Amino acid sequence: MPDGGSPVLSVQDLKTVFKTRGGEIHAVNDVSFDLAPGELLGVVGESGSGKSVTMMSLLGLLPSPPADVRGGTVMFDGQDILRVDADTLRRIRGAKIGFVFQDPMTSLNPVFNVGFQIMEPLRKHMGLDKRAAAQRAVELLELVGIPDASRRMTDYPHQFSGGMRQRVMIAIALACDPQVLIADEPTTALDVTIQAQILELMKELRRKLGMAVIWITHDLGVIAGIADRVIVMYGGQIVEQAPVRELFSNPQHPYTRALLKTIPSISGERAKRLTIIQGQPPIMGAAPTACPFRDRCDVAFGRCARENPPRYDVGRGHDAACFYDADTGGPRIA
Amino acid sequence: MLDGVQKPLVSVRNLKMHFPIYTGLLRRRTGAVKAVDGVSFDIFEGETLGLVGESGCGKSTCGRAVLRLYELTDGSVTIDGTDIASRSPEDLRRIRPTMQMVFQDPQASLNPRMTVQAIIQEPLDEHTTLSRAEKMEKVGALMDAVGLNRRFAGRYPHAFSGGQRQRIGIARALALNPKFIVCDEPIAALDVSIQAQVVNLLEDLQEEFGLTYLFISHDLSMVRHIADRVAVMYLGKIVELAGREALFADPLHPYTKALLSAVPEPDPSRTGHTERIILEGDVPSPANPPQGCNFCTRCPEVMPVCREVEPDYQEVRPGRFVACHLYPTTQTSAGSTAAPEVSEPT
Repeated sequence: MPDGGSPVLSVQDLKTVFKTRGGEIHAVNDVSFDLAPGELLGVVGESGSGKSVTMMSLLGLLPSPPADVRGGTVMFDGQDILRVDADTLRRIRGAKIGFVFQDPMTSLNPVFNVGFQIMEPLRKHMGLDKRAAAQRAVELLELVGIPDASRRMTDYPHQFSGGMRQRVMIAIALACDPQVLIADEPTTALDVTIQAQILELMKELRRKLGMAVIWITHDLGVIAGIADRVIVMYGGQIVEQAPVRELFSNPQHPYTRALLKTIPSISGERAKRLTIIQGQPPIMGAAPTACPFRDRCDVAFGRCARENPPRYDVGRGHDAACFYDADTGGPRIA
Repeated sequence: MLDGVQKPLVSVRNLKMHFPIYTGLLRRRTGAVKAVDGVSFDIFEGETLGLVGESGCGKSTCGRAVLRLYELTDGSVTIDGTDIASRSPEDLRRIRPTMQMVFQDPQASLNPRMTVQAIIQEPLDEHTTLSRAEKMEKVGALMDAVGLNRRFAGRYPHAFSGGQRQRIGIARALALNPKFIVCDEPIAALDVSIQAQVVNLLEDLQEEFGLTYLFISHDLSMVRHIADRVAVMYLGKIVELAGREALFADPLHPYTKALLSAVPEPDPSRTGHTERIILEGDVPSPANPPQGCNFCTRCPEVMPVCREVEPDYQEVRPGRFVACHLYPTTQTSAGSTAAPEVSEPT
């Protein structure tokens, strides 16, 4: 689906640090990626891998302190949105970049009806009057598949089910025709049959609206079904990046390979025993000076403890941050 | 598995768990949430029965009711030859050591003010007369069994990661040498790379101690891995129960079919191959279930009879139980709602 061309969003060397009483936590370490127009970029990683913090930092959504976006550039619409003033940023957020959060219950305001919450960005960002906004809000609710949309405008969030609430969240995020939609674990709180509904809706909306989407999840199954390209995060950095089929058929980083092996499937051969990744994900108390995965890695060698591997291009639009070359089965010569 | 020699360790018959709804100034009883509404199944010794379903289907309530953590509305639960539904509290207390539970949220189910030693030792304090030294030794052995370092016995739960906390919960459940453990979503709160560690541990412990599990989960792929037989719940009732291979290869109930097709396949080359059944709408409220079959409001294969008559839960093939009008009544079960007593091969 990516149609090439210049990226709508380009992130370079993003660094985010949290200052806590126990010292600094380096949550995002030199993250760089591009988002092509119309592309769906999947971001996978476990909790604490920095995937949500990355997206929150590039939109300036993290409270500071404790968060400190220490470096990097985020180019969107010809400007670095890490360095624009608060008003400009507010105009970009919600209007040009939409955001869908994980938990639809806590991210909708319980004291306002759903119609009001969809009309709010329409009136603030697009300057529509009340009637035009109401009309557009009904269209949006219909677009995301809420039956009897005009009547439900006056309902409050608690009158909607989890799946319906997430549809409302998507409607709000889409209200101002954003160029980019960032969805942070949008289906994690939902049941599988409802998740399937939302995934279908998302595919349909992309066909209709053609926006670029960043889809954050820990579920590789969801990624396989929906993404064009995938970024795998670990320890606050990108350890692998590839087009979706390439990633699943030819994973390069030992973490990705192990992750793909640990998850059982509902079809195909049933493993007698699950493959496990020993140990725990790291807590990044300092900027990484070594590979964050080395303690759990089964192919780690001396160099992995001395240097943090850069992202090596392995062809086919695929790169991996690892000194071990999975193709030759030995250390990379570089 | 079902070779007729094995006897059921746990037998649940027509289990009902209704929670009353009180409304108005006088708090009059105006209805009930039928969280579990007439569920029957057996769990054989040494096997793992998976109980799957979406949130709100009553699977956790069912698991708790089986251990009589609630007072049952109706039905019987026999564990190891004892009907626990009718026992007095004192009797029940004596039986408790044989049945234990591992909870979903290891953060919430461990007391933050107790050390790991105290947490794992608590069941021993309550139910045994071991000396202090014996208890210490037993706790150490339990920590070894679940893969925790004995040296950390004096630490508090906050010092452990999610996976390690779940191991503490498992060690506590094992303390009294139970025969039967209800695992209520034991891996749902854990990261993917940690889930496999805990599942492997549960399997090892089952082998070592001959445990029987009721494994409650919404994660169908994990249930396929760990369970011998699987029961699928929808709105308070079991709609299908079958052996693992049979259920995943050839689901009979339309709900099971939809549920399985909704699971995202972690392989993009295979995603186009399976046909997805997208269910319309949401699960109805268990306080006000539809007339007839509970699934009739969302079923892609609904027939007029489904909206009027509730289908019987019956054995349509050896070892396969389904509650659906698509599978006509066989004369053998004669409309009884209980599962047949034994499922011997014919």
